[in-house]
Amino acid sequence: MSDKKRVFTLPTRQLIDADRRDGCGECQTSCQSACKTSCGVANQVCEQERE
Amino acid sequence: MVHQYKLNGFNIVLDVDSGSIHLVDDLVYEIIMLFEKADRDGIIRALSDRFDSDDIRSALDEVQELVKQQKLFSQADHAARLFEGREYAVGAVSRTTKERGAVEKRRTAKEECSTADGRLDAHVNTSKYHCWNENVIKALCLNVAHTCNLDCSYCFAGQGKYKGEQALMVVETGRKAIDFLIEHSGSRRNLEVDFFGGEPLLNWQMVKDVVAYARSIEEQYGKRFRFTLTTNGVLIDDDVIDFTNKEMHNVVLSLDGRPHVHDRFRVDIGGNGSYARVVPKFLELVRRRDQGTYYVRGTYTHLNVDFLNDILHMLDLGFREISMEPVVCRPEEPYALTDEDMPIIMRQYEELAEEILRREREGDPFQFYHFMIDLEHGPCIYKRIIGCGAGTEYLAVTPSGDLYPCHQLVDDPSFRIGNLEDGVTEHDLQDAFRTCNVFAREACRACWAKLYCAGGCAANAFHMSGSLLGTDAFGCELFKKRIECAIMIKVAKAVASAT
Ligand code: SF4
Ligand code: SF4
Ligand code: SF4
Repeated sequence: MSDKKRVFTLPTRQLIDADRRDGCGECQTSCQSACKTSCGVANQVCEQERE
Repeated sequence: MVHQYKLNGFNIVLDVDSGSIHLVDDLVYEIIMLFEKADRDGIIRALSDRFDSDDIRSALDEVQELVKQQKLFSQADHAARLFEGREYAVGAVSRTTKERGAVEKRRTAKEECSTADGRLDAHVNTSKYHCWNENVIKALCLNVAHTCNLDCSYCFAGQGKYKGEQALMVVETGRKAIDFLIEHSGSRRNLEVDFFGGEPLLNWQMVKDVVAYARSIEEQYGKRFRFTLTTNGVLIDDDVIDFTNKEMHNVVLSLDGRPHVHDRFRVDIGGNGSYARVVPKFLELVRRRDQGTYYVRGTYTHLNVDFLNDILHMLDLGFREISMEPVVCRPEEPYALTDEDMPIIMRQYEELAEEILRREREGDPFQFYHFMIDLEHGPCIYKRIIGCGAGTEYLAVTPSGDLYPCHQLVDDPSFRIGNLEDGVTEHDLQDAFRTCNVFAREACRACWAKLYCAGGCAANAFHMSGSLLGTDAFGCELFKKRIECAIMIKVAKAVASAT
C-alpha cells in the first residue's frame, strides 16, 4: 500500500441487495463435497456465475 | 457487524453483512476498533499520542466513506430474506394454493409441538425462522454398502454398519432413488448423487448400473447428474479408475497422511495397515484423471495434531487437491481432539496457509479444500443463510431404502424421515431441519463467520449439544480460523498481483 492509500478493498460478491436470479438453488449442496463432516459455503461456487 | 484480525503481517477487516473485505493500515485498523465506541473527537483524542492528528482526520474520512458506501458497519436484514416467499428451491414450479395451505398448516402445527420425541430444542421458537426452501430435493447420499473391508476405529459409521446389520443396496433400490430424486427435484437441473458407505466399492457393479440408469434418463427429464464416490481405495482397479474418471464429478480418496498415521486407524479386519495397498492405487487414479475434481481426504485426531506434516507428506506423494478434517467422535475417545490441542491446531492452519502461499510463489500450487474461497463468484446471500440442506434438499438413503436427513444421522432410527416408497413421512422432523438456518441458531446470529458458514453442521451440533439448533463450539473455532486463513491468502495474492 502506498502512503496515500490506507484501505485496499478486495472485490467481493455484493450481498446487501440480492440479484433477481439469486437463490436459484442450482449449486452444489453444501455437504455433497469433499468432507462429509462439516458445512460451510465459503468454498462453494455459484452456478449462475459459472455459466 | 465487523470482524478484524491480524495475520501474516496483514490487517484485515471483514464487514459481515455486505461481505466486504478490506486490507487496512495500522491507523485505520485502530480507528475501526474504536469506531462504535467513541465519536470523532474521542477517536482523535484516543489516538493522537501515537498518530499525527491530520492523518487521523483523513483516515477517519476514509472510514466514514466506506460506511456511507455500505462496505463497513453495514446493516442488512438478511434474516428477512427467509420470509420473502421467494421460490428458492422451487424454481419455476408453481405451487397450488392447496399445497401452500398444507405448508402453512404444518408451520402452525410446528409452532405447537417440539419434534422427534421432544429431543429437539423446544425452547427456541423455531417457527420464527422458517425458510422458503420447501419441497425440492436435489441431492442424495446413497449408502450403497453398509459394510466395509477396513476396520478403522475412528469411523463415525461404525465400520460402515451404522450400528445396524451389514447390508448392500440392491440395484432396484438405487434406481428407485434416482427416480425419486428426479421426481422431487422440481425445476432443478443439477442433481447430485454421492456413492457412500461403508465402502461403496464393495457394491461396485450396483454403482455402475445406477450411474448408467441415471445417464440413460437424465436428458429426457432435463437433468444433469453429478456423481461423487468416496472410497478407502482397497478395491480400486483399472475398471474402477476408468469408470470413476469418466463418470464421477468428484472422487474422495481416504488417506490420512504419513504411513504411521494412516495405519494407526485405517487397518483391515486383521489389524494390518492399508497405506501400502491404497497409495499406489490413489496415485494411479489421480494420474489418469482428466476431468472433474478429486480430493485426498484425511482425518486428523488428537494423535496427529501436527497434521501439517501429513499434508506435506501427501504433497510429497504427488497429490495436489487435499482435504484434512478434524475427527468426528465422542469426546471420551482417546483420540478425540482436546482443548489443549486447539492452539496447536490454530498454528498448524496458519503454517499451512503460509505454505500454500510459498508454493504458489514457487509455481507449484496446491488446493486445500477448506481454504478455498471464491470471493467474487461464491454463493449468493440465499445460499449463505439457508443452512446445509440436510433433511430438506439433501437426504441420505440406506440400503433398505429408508431416508435420513443426513449421512451422519443414519445410525439413529429416531431420525428416520421417510422411505423411497412413500417419500418424506416425518414432516415435523423435516420442519425441524428446515429451520436449521443461520438465524435460528443463537450462536450463529452473533457470529462474524455466519455468511461464510451458513450455520454449521446440524449433525455435529446435535451430537455435541443435543440440539439441532446448538453448535459445536470446538468445530466453530476451527471453522473461523480456516476462514481467517483463507481470506488472508486472498489478501496476500491480491497484494502480490497489485505490486
Ligand atoms: S447457484 Fe448461485 S445464485 Fe443460485 S442459489 Fe446457488 S449461489 Fe445462489
Ligand atoms: S462458525 Fe459456528 S457459530 Fe459461526 S455461523 Fe458457523 S456454526 Fe454458527
Ligand atoms: S448436517 Fe452436517 S454432515 Fe449432514 S449434510 Fe449438513 S453439514 Fe453435512
